[in-house]
Amino acid sequence: MIDQAWIEAALTSSRPQAVAALLRYFRDLDAAEEAYQEACLRALKNWSANGPPRDPTAWLIMVGRNAALDQKRKTSRLTAMPDESQVSDLEDVETPMAERLDDSQYRDDVLRLMFICCHPDLPATQQIPLALRIVSGLSVKQIARAFLVGEAAMEQRITRAKAKVAGAGVPFETPGQVERAERLASVMQMTYLVFNEGYSAGPKDEARADLADEAIRLGRLLLRMFQAEPEVMGLLALMLLQHSRQPARFDVNGDAVLMEDQDRRLWRLKLIQEGLALIDKAMRHRRTGPYLVQAAIAALHARAPRFEDTDWSGIDALYATLECLQPSPVVTLNRAVAVSKTQGPQAALDMIDPLAERLANYFHFHGAKGGLLLQLGRKREARECFDRAIALSGTAAEAAHIRMHIDRLIAESEKRA
Amino acid sequence: MLYAVLCYNNEEMVCGWTKEQDEAVMAALTKAHDTWEKAGKLKPSIRLLPTSAATTLHKQQDLVLDGPYAETKEALLGFYIIDVVNLEEGLAFARDLAQANPGGAYELRPIQLYLPGAPIDGAYATDREYAGDKAPAPKVDAK
Repeated sequence: MIDQAWIEAALTSSRPQAVAALLRYFRDLDAAEEAYQEACLRALKNWSANGPPRDPTAWLIMVGRNAALDQKRKTSRLTAMPDESQVSDLEDVETPMAERLDDSQYRDDVLRLMFICCHPDLPATQQIPLALRIVSGLSVKQIARAFLVGEAAMEQRITRAKAKVAGAGVPFETPGQVERAERLASVMQMTYLVFNEGYSAGPKDEARADLADEAIRLGRLLLRMFQAEPEVMGLLALMLLQHSRQPARFDVNGDAVLMEDQDRRLWRLKLIQEGLALIDKAMRHRRTGPYLVQAAIAALHARAPRFEDTDWSGIDALYATLECLQPSPVVTLNRAVAVSKTQGPQAALDMIDPLAERLANYFHFHGAKGGLLLQLGRKREARECFDRAIALSGTAAEAAHIRMHIDRLIAESEKRA
Repeated sequence: MLYAVLCYNNEEMVCGWTKEQDEAVMAALTKAHDTWEKAGKLKPSIRLLPTSAATTLHKQQDLVLDGPYAETKEALLGFYIIDVVNLEEGLAFARDLAQANPGGAYELRPIQLYLPGAPIDGAYATDREYAGDKAPAPKVDAK
């Protein structure tokens, strides 16, 4: 008798590869999903009775495919396929199947499945739910809860997204090298979007916070398929290192705790170790990309035993590299924070002033500028920035954090008065 | 007799465990470890990081590839534990060994968890000549 939890874990971990292979057979998302569902139902019954197959993924693909073909045959009154209770114990049936599904085939299948979910025709609000539904296998209910919308509305959003990608006609031929690289880039970006959905969730919003774990799972899947891609190592390392701070990021009241005030003993060492090991590996390739540089920045934070020990000049240099690779006012804003530590608040302020127009509606710009002005003793201007930041804050945690600065300012002026 | 017990499992599944699931398994394992460690029989135990963190040096061509050693023809013959500053130094160690013993490969895999366990009997610790009654003799039933 095998454990129910084991079966569920096996089904979850097999899902992306199984659905991806079935999609290649049926060339239709709904048909692939239905076949996979059917295979899972049979697995629940069969595996608890007969024990688990040697390769659960290959079993699910084969049984899912047979079940769908069987259905077709039944409707056309042809002979049925053999029952899957025979299949799972027959090594000679299973082995060639597993061998035929060699790594490169798997890789293109899974990449195609993931790429369909982040098709350029889809807005981000549809990409992430579709990926979570199709690739991760989360239920519509779970996804709806994560995005704080009703189940019916989410169902509709996913159905609409599916219809759009079905019409977009993603080719099923083996992709060329350039195409593969382009697909990988989109899929990495989508994975990081999923991560940020989870990362930006407040502590009470567990359903959404779980998306960070889900994104890390997708990142691991990508790295298993693209073992020698330093940017994939960088992406996974970045997510692991950011996520390692999770237990320290909110206080008991659920308010955000700044990195400088976090209790570093709460950081998850296991995730840090893995992130650092991946960066170490990626550095050997001497080919840097935006994810790897961001991971390296997160690593400098992770390596500092105390906030005072942070290597700010190292972080400044890495942000300078990131500015070249991926110029954006947000990157410059982040760099300014490092500059304020090495050269003081005035130098940082000079650096971000030219960004005022482009970041006029960016919460963090006003929060950071307020902080710098405060350090310079320009309290009235600081207060204006903080007020502006509060008006722009997207989450309760963001607003609460700025409010803390304002409260401190008010308390100080009252003390003086 | 010293044995190495090598742990195998479906990596995708184990990596997919939630923090709670992982901690539950580790707690159950710790309980099992305790009995054997108290009896002085459990020596160091190690949990490795996922294979995605591995790097492999193929000795003959001095070729460094990302990922674990995936060939099935060769068997695992032994392993070292080293304390180095980074992967580059680890590879330097592996290359030194490769000079002495060409053929095959070394997979370098970061260690996630190291538990020292009970101390190892000195008699095992050196590659020694037969040491008479100092060496732990195998116990054979008289029957």
